[in-house]
Amino acid sequence: MTISQGTRHVGQPLKRREDLKLLAGRGRYVDDLKLPGMLYMAILRSPHAHAKIDSIDLSLARAAPGVRLALSGSALEDRIGPIVPNWIIPGSKVPVRRVVATDRVRFVGESVALVVAESLAEAYDAIGLIEVEYDVLPAVTEEQDAVRGDAPQLHENVPGNITTFYKVKGGDYEKANREADQVVKLRVVNNRLIPTCMETRAIVAAPEPDGTLTVYIGSQVPHMHRRWIAETVRIPEHQLRVVAPDIGGGFGAKMHLYPEDLLCPYLARELNAPVKWWETRSESHQSTSHGRAHTEDLEIAFNNDGRILGLKVSTLGNVGAYLSNMATGGPTVNTVNFGTGTYKIENYEALSRVVVTNTVPVDAYRGYGRPEGAYIAERAIDAVARHLNLDQVEVRRRNFIQASDFPYRPYGSTGVMYDSGDYQALLDKALEAFDYEGRRGECEALRGNGIYRGIGVAAYTHMCGMAPSRRLAPGGFDRGGWESARVSIDSSGRATIYSGSMSQGQGHATSLAQIAADVLQIPLEDIEIVQGDTRQVQAGHGTFNSRSMAVGGSSVHVSSHRVITKAKTIAAGMLEVDEKDVSYSAGAFTVPGTDIAPLTFSKVARMAYVGHKLPDGVAPGLDETVFYDPTGMGAPSGVHMAYVEVDPETGIVDILDYVAVDDVGTLINPRLAAGQIHGGVVQGIAQALFEEVSYDSESGQLLTGSLLDYAVPRAEHVPNIRSSFQQTPSPTNPIGVKGIGESGSIAAPPCMVHAVLDALSPFGIKHLDMPLTPPRIWAAIRSVREGDAR
Amino acid sequence: MPATASTREVTIEINGLRRTGTVEARRLLVHFLREDLGLTGTHVGCDTSQCGACTVEIDGVAVKSCTVLAVMADGASITTIEGLTDGSGELSRVQKAFHDHHALQCGFCTPGMVMSVRNLLRENPNPSEREIRHGLAGNICRCTGYHNIVRAVESLASEGSVA
Repeated sequence: MTISQGTRHVGQPLKRREDLKLLAGRGRYVDDLKLPGMLYMAILRSPHAHAKIDSIDLSLARAAPGVRLALSGSALEDRIGPIVPNWIIPGSKVPVRRVVATDRVRFVGESVALVVAESLAEAYDAIGLIEVEYDVLPAVTEEQDAVRGDAPQLHENVPGNITTFYKVKGGDYEKANREADQVVKLRVVNNRLIPTCMETRAIVAAPEPDGTLTVYIGSQVPHMHRRWIAETVRIPEHQLRVVAPDIGGGFGAKMHLYPEDLLCPYLARELNAPVKWWETRSESHQSTSHGRAHTEDLEIAFNNDGRILGLKVSTLGNVGAYLSNMATGGPTVNTVNFGTGTYKIENYEALSRVVVTNTVPVDAYRGYGRPEGAYIAERAIDAVARHLNLDQVEVRRRNFIQASDFPYRPYGSTGVMYDSGDYQALLDKALEAFDYEGRRGECEALRGNGIYRGIGVAAYTHMCGMAPSRRLAPGGFDRGGWESARVSIDSSGRATIYSGSMSQGQGHATSLAQIAADVLQIPLEDIEIVQGDTRQVQAGHGTFNSRSMAVGGSSVHVSSHRVITKAKTIAAGMLEVDEKDVSYSAGAFTVPGTDIAPLTFSKVARMAYVGHKLPDGVAPGLDETVFYDPTGMGAPSGVHMAYVEVDPETGIVDILDYVAVDDVGTLINPRLAAGQIHGGVVQGIAQALFEEVSYDSESGQLLTGSLLDYAVPRAEHVPNIRSSFQQTPSPTNPIGVKGIGESGSIAAPPCMVHAVLDALSPFGIKHLDMPLTPPRIWAAIRSVREGDAR
Repeated sequence: MPATASTREVTIEINGLRRTGTVEARRLLVHFLREDLGLTGTHVGCDTSQCGACTVEIDGVAVKSCTVLAVMADGASITTIEGLTDGSGELSRVQKAFHDHHALQCGFCTPGMVMSVRNLLRENPNPSEREIRHGLAGNICRCTGYHNIVRAVESLASEGSVA
C-alpha cells in the first residue's frame, strides 16, 4: 500500500504535550496521592554494614500512638518470598535476599523492621522506639578487598564473595601480546554513583472493594513490577493493577524490585487499608540501587604506529550486598562485551567477576555497563596515544571500525553486532564544530603562560533495546525483548494508543504521537497516549536500555499501519472499488485516476463501528494490537569533545566548551533528542568531576549519606552543551531509530577525563581516577612538583 | 485537629485565598501545603534543603518551604506554583518560556525551579548566563543538564516584568 507523505511529524522539533500539567503544578506523582484511611509505613534500617541480629524488641513501638502494626523480618519470612533477580547469568550463585532481614544484616540501610501508623510522623516516631541488639561483624566495602582470601564472607553460598564469572574471548590476545611492539597496563576505577532521581521512590498499595489490589508506583517497568509483586507476595497477577503515574526521573533506579515494593502490597491486604511508603532522600542514598562501582585492569598491546592489536580486560564489578534485579548482567554482558568500543581490536579477552560487598546493591544506572565498557575502550586508546605521544584524534582514526565494515561484529563476537554507523564522519563533524586545530594551537600557546588547557575526545557505540526475545534466554535474562502497542480508533476517527513503554520525563506523549500521526495521517491533537496502567495497557516491558523509540516506537508504527490496512479494506468496500486501487493520502482514501470523491479516515472509522457496510469477512472495529519483537538491536554512536582549563593552584576544572555529535539513527523529535543529550552529558560530567559514593572501609558506614555530602552538580558547575546529530538509520527497525537516552552518560566521562589529562600533560600525569575533584588534581600536581624539587 | 499544647492555629494567605488550619508546631510549611491543603505542585526532593524542589514565594521572596515551619508562616502571603496559573489557566511568562525551550523533562524540580527563576529575574531583570547559572544554584535538576533552563531564562532576560 502506498501511504503518501502528508504532514510529516517525525523529525519535527515539536514542543512537548506533557509540559502544561507539569508546569502548572498539576503533575501527579505517587507521593501526591492521598486516599481515605491511608496508613503510612516507615522502615527501620540497619546502622551497621555487617552484623548478626541478636534481638528485636517491638513492644514500645507497638504501644506508640497511632501505630497499627510493627513487624520484624521473622514475621514476614513465610509470607513474602525472597527477592529474586530478573537477570541471572548462567552459573551465578544467588544469595537469598529476604524482604526484611531476619538474622543478619549486610549493608547500612538494609531493612530490619517496619511500622505502619496512621500518620507519617507517628510512623517515624515509632521506629525510633524499636530496640535492636546487634553483634557487629567485620565488613568489606571495596571490590578489590572483597576478593582477597581473608575478606569477610557475606553469604555461605557465595565462596570468595564472587557470584559470577563471565568470560569473553575473540581472536588470540596472547599472540597479539607477543607480536605487538609495546604493551601497556592500566587500572581504571569506575566510581560508584547514586542515580539521584529528583523524585525519590514512593508506593501506595490500595485494596479495592472488589478484592483486587492497586499499586501506585513510580516504575519504569509497570508490567514487570506487576509480575514480580504478584509472584513474590503471591497475589494472582490478574488481580493486581500496577499504576505508574508521573515519574520524577528514573535513570535505571526505578526498574528494580525493592523490599518496599513488596511490603506495601502485603500490608495493604493484611490491614485492608491503603498503605503508603515514601523514601526520604537520605534513606534513598542507602536503599535505592547505586550505579557503576567497577575496577578494571587493562592490558593493551599495540604497535608503534598506534594500531591496537589486542586488549585484555579483567573486571571486578561491585554489586553490593545482594544481587539486585539485573546485577549479574551489568559488569558482564553489558560491560566487557563492549570493551573494544568503536575500535577494530580483533584480539580481545575479558574476564568479569561479580563481587558482593557490605554496601547498597548496585544495579542499572543510565547506560548500565556501557559507560563502563566505553571507558575501557576509551582509556585504552587514550593511553596508547599518550604513551606514543601521538595525536589523540589520529590514533582514533587509525583504529576506528570503518563505515564499510557495518554490520560489524567486534572481535568475532556472536553476541555483539553494530548495525550501522560512520565514526570518521562523526569525528570530522566534531572536530569542525570544536575547531580542533585552532584550539590545539591555543593550548600550546597558553601553556607557556602557565595556563593549562586541555582537549578531550571520546567516541562510543553500544546497543539499544535488548532483543529479540529468543536471544535473551541463553544469557539468563528472564523477560522478553518485545514491546506492545494498541492503536484504538474511536468512532470519530481519533486514536488512543496504549503503549507498554513508560516515560519518566522522556516525552513519550509527544514522540510516540508523532510516529503514529505520520502513519495515521491525523492531527496530533487527535491522538492520546496511554502508559503506566496495567489495567489499560495490554502488556509491556517499559523503558530502559534506550529502548522506547526503537522498540516501543516501532510497535506504535507497525500497529498504526495495521489500522490503516484494515481501514483501507473497509474504504474499498464503501467506495465499491478494488482494494488495490485505493490510496491513503492526507487523511483520506482516494482512488487515483478516477473522479471518486476522497473518503475521510473519520468516515471509515464510523463505518468500522456501525458495521453497516463491511466487506465479507471483515469484523467490525478499528483497533489493532501488536507485540513487536525486533530482529536486532540498533547501535547509536557518537564523538564528544571537551575543552577545559585546570587551575594548577586549586585543581579546579573550568569547562570551557562541550561538543556532542551523536548518531542515533532517525530523529523523531530533535528538540527532545537534544534534551536527552544535554541531561546525559551532565550526568557523565558529574561522574567525571564531582560524584562519588564513599564508604568508610573499616566500618562500612556510608559517608555520602545525603545531598549535603554527595556532589550532584548545579547549573553553575556545568557548561552549555553544543549538541548536533548525524542520522544513519538503523536497519533493525522500521523507523530507523537507535536509542538516545544513554549516549551522554556514556561519552562524557572519558571525554572529560581525557580533557583534564590533556591539560595536565605538561606535568607528565598520565592517569587519574574519577571523580577528578580539585583535591585529587591538586594532589597529583603537587606530587609531581615535589618529585621535581627532590 | 483541635489546638493543643503542641499545636497552633495559623492563618496564611495562599495564592490569594485566606487559609486557616491547626498544625503541629513541628510541621514544615511544605507538608502543610502538600498534606493539609492538597497543594501538591510543591515537591519534596531532599531532606537537607539542597534541592529546591519545594521553593515557594513567601511575601514575594523565593523560600525553600522545607526550611520554614508552618507556624512561622502565620500571617504571611504565599504563592505556590498553582498560584501562577489560577483563573485563566494560562501559563505565566516563566512557565511559557520553560515550555518553549524544553526546559523540563520529568517535571519534578520544575515548580521550584520556576519559583527560583521568578526570584532571580525580580532581583536582576537582565542577568548574564553566568548570573543565571549562579542564581539557580539552590535548585537541582537531574534531567535537563540545565542547558535549556538557562536558555529559557535568557529568553526572559531584559524583558523586565516577571509576571
